[in-house]
Amino acid sequence: MTTTLETQEAKRSHSDTRPLLLEVQDLKVEFNIRGGVVKAVDGLTFDVKRGQTMGIIGESGCGKSVTARAILRMIPKPGKITGGRILYYRRPRHPKPGEEDKVEVIDVTKLDPDGEVIRQIRGGEIAMIFQEPMSSLTPVYTAGTHINEAVTLHRLLPIKKLGEQMAEHIMAYRHVTKEEARAIAVEMLRRVGIPKPEQRVDSYPHQLSGGQRQRVMIAIALSTEPAMLIADEPTTALDVSIEAQILDLMRDLQRTTNMAIMFITHNLGVIASMADEIVVMYMGKQVERAKVVDLFYNPKHPYTKALLQSVPRLGPKTGQRLASIEGMVPDPLNLPTGCVFHPRCPAFMAGKCDKIVPRWTQVGENHWVRCLLYEE
Amino acid sequence: MSSTTAQGTKATTSTKDGRIGDILLDVKGLKKYFPIQRGFLRRTVGYVKAVDDVSLYVRSGETLGLVGESGCGKTTASRCIIRLYEPTAGQVFFKTRALSPDGTPKMVNLLELSREEMNRVRQEIAMIFQDPINSLNPRMTVADIIAEPMVIHGKYVKGESEERIVELLRRVGLRPDHLRRYPHEFSGGQRQRIGIARALALNPSLVLCDEPVSALDVSIQAQTLNLLQDLQEEFKLSYIFVAHDLSVVQHISDRIAVMYVGKVVEMASSEELYTNPMHPYTEALLSAVPKPDPLYKSDRIIMQGDVADPSNPPSGCYFHPRCQYAVDLCKQKAPEFREVKPDHWVACHRAEELKLRGVY
Repeated sequence: MTTTLETQEAKRSHSDTRPLLLEVQDLKVEFNIRGGVVKAVDGLTFDVKRGQTMGIIGESGCGKSVTARAILRMIPKPGKITGGRILYYRRPRHPKPGEEDKVEVIDVTKLDPDGEVIRQIRGGEIAMIFQEPMSSLTPVYTAGTHINEAVTLHRLLPIKKLGEQMAEHIMAYRHVTKEEARAIAVEMLRRVGIPKPEQRVDSYPHQLSGGQRQRVMIAIALSTEPAMLIADEPTTALDVSIEAQILDLMRDLQRTTNMAIMFITHNLGVIASMADEIVVMYMGKQVERAKVVDLFYNPKHPYTKALLQSVPRLGPKTGQRLASIEGMVPDPLNLPTGCVFHPRCPAFMAGKCDKIVPRWTQVGENHWVRCLLYEE
Repeated sequence: MSSTTAQGTKATTSTKDGRIGDILLDVKGLKKYFPIQRGFLRRTVGYVKAVDDVSLYVRSGETLGLVGESGCGKTTASRCIIRLYEPTAGQVFFKTRALSPDGTPKMVNLLELSREEMNRVRQEIAMIFQDPINSLNPRMTVADIIAEPMVIHGKYVKGESEERIVELLRRVGLRPDHLRRYPHEFSGGQRQRIGIARALALNPSLVLCDEPVSALDVSIQAQTLNLLQDLQEEFKLSYIFVAHDLSVVQHISDRIAVMYVGKVVEMASSEELYTNPMHPYTEALLSAVPKPDPLYKSDRIIMQGDVADPSNPPSGCYFHPRCQYAVDLCKQKAPEFREVKPDHWVACHRAEELKLRGVY
């Protein structure tokens, strides 16, 4: 047990020296709806290094998916980035000799969401996999749409063979010939576990099952060798055996191409095996951030603790009941005062937690928490 | 095999085949084939064997978990039990009080009942569905939704039933002032509670829970699982708990049946199943479950290929193309579902000789 601990630790602390890829600073996203303003993301700060996996966990409505979409400038209306910066440390895709280490810093929040720069980044340099496998077949197709763009936006066109869509997507981001692109497509389909990929590559999207379509979308996202992959609940709709296969593939590609991963999920089992570092979100706020081992073995925030205790685990039955978090997620238009978690918190301190907004406090190396229990 | 056919007609059994306790439901050889029709004349060209020889039993007051990957027939099987789908073959013995005038329980084969008799028995079997949004009528108030089963079965008594509805609502953790509200005013977890209250309205003895918590958030999932366990104890309910999440199923179930392509391949107590699985599919499934522990060293078993096509299943054992232990016999002959140890059933030729890995 101790040896595993040390090796895992060594692997994970190594992350600190890796070059930066993405820096999110005090990000704020608001949705101005009829009933008022929803602060979907409120003061989020973290960074992702090359080759690192950053996990974001939280329950529905906590702002984890909005964060992913903010990085790609894909926030649906009427959402808006109202504060903070998202810095992307870009390296040239095809560097000239001597320019391999040249880094260009781009503030994504300043870009035109339909402009040339974000379109180069989105899908190619920062690839994404979203959850909804069914809607990825929506035939939103106009004559002017380029295949590449459609696939980037996580849609397969129903009228074109898989292989052609994949090859076009690959060729848009990598210097390869059509034949090479097709070979890559077949190889990627094989690696996500599509049976008989040489034949499948010539089939149309509707001929695949829902689970297979999701795997195809994953294959497409990974086929451009992106610098970073944003995976928003990528395996939620899949069976455990296929899920395990896809997670293996992601880890594999990370090893060979040094890809960074931002992994968003509510599944604590998946995140434990994937992430180096984890951000826990609750109602748009970051409540805790730590390295994965610290978060699972030494959680600080009462919400994190409760979340970890509320999942059933395979293994000998210890207690019959699960620990659960009392009450419900509050109305986002009418957030509690002070700490947003206080009405459900088992460690609630009357007169304090409902009045004072907790600050982002460091409690250990790379371990941050937003809770009054840890403030001086 | 002969011991299984002798079973079921007796209400209480504690026999040599190890089925100690009070059997409430005994399903034997259940099959449901959906025809595949093609062409102008809708000729039947084949069958999707969604449920293909399922045998299982549930004792009074216990929870039987039914797990398997998507498309394995677990939902179809549970719906065949209360004849929402008419099974193609098989027997479903259920201990009911509804058919005898003095309310004494007797074991009847549900598939032989008339429509009218079946409706009476249905009072004793309730369902909870996965999707808490679509399973509640958006145009009915909470009070109407919970009263509906009583109205349908002619059990609604003014005043008395209203009290019962308030009591049920309170019992599932909602407030009486929620009665006049509509489903859209509630969160997913609360809607699932409404569904649970409706299921309990007629005092059922068996509740079929079809993925009741998979659409809920982690913290709400824990609340709901705890509620289901409390209700089980209080009302002496038996559950069939259909789900794909093995950790959830293991937590709530006394016994677990694992399905693969329409067949139950293994059935044992949940303790036994995860420490000592005897079917290679169970072993692979257990090894693939992600563990919420960053220091856990995963050594999962990779299953080759895809789940078999239920309209064109492989020969012999359906799992043999993906099984790392398969021998020639597995390709030729379908294994029998047999009791290899007391209360541990498995369909695998090599069950005794294989030493499979569980979870610790």
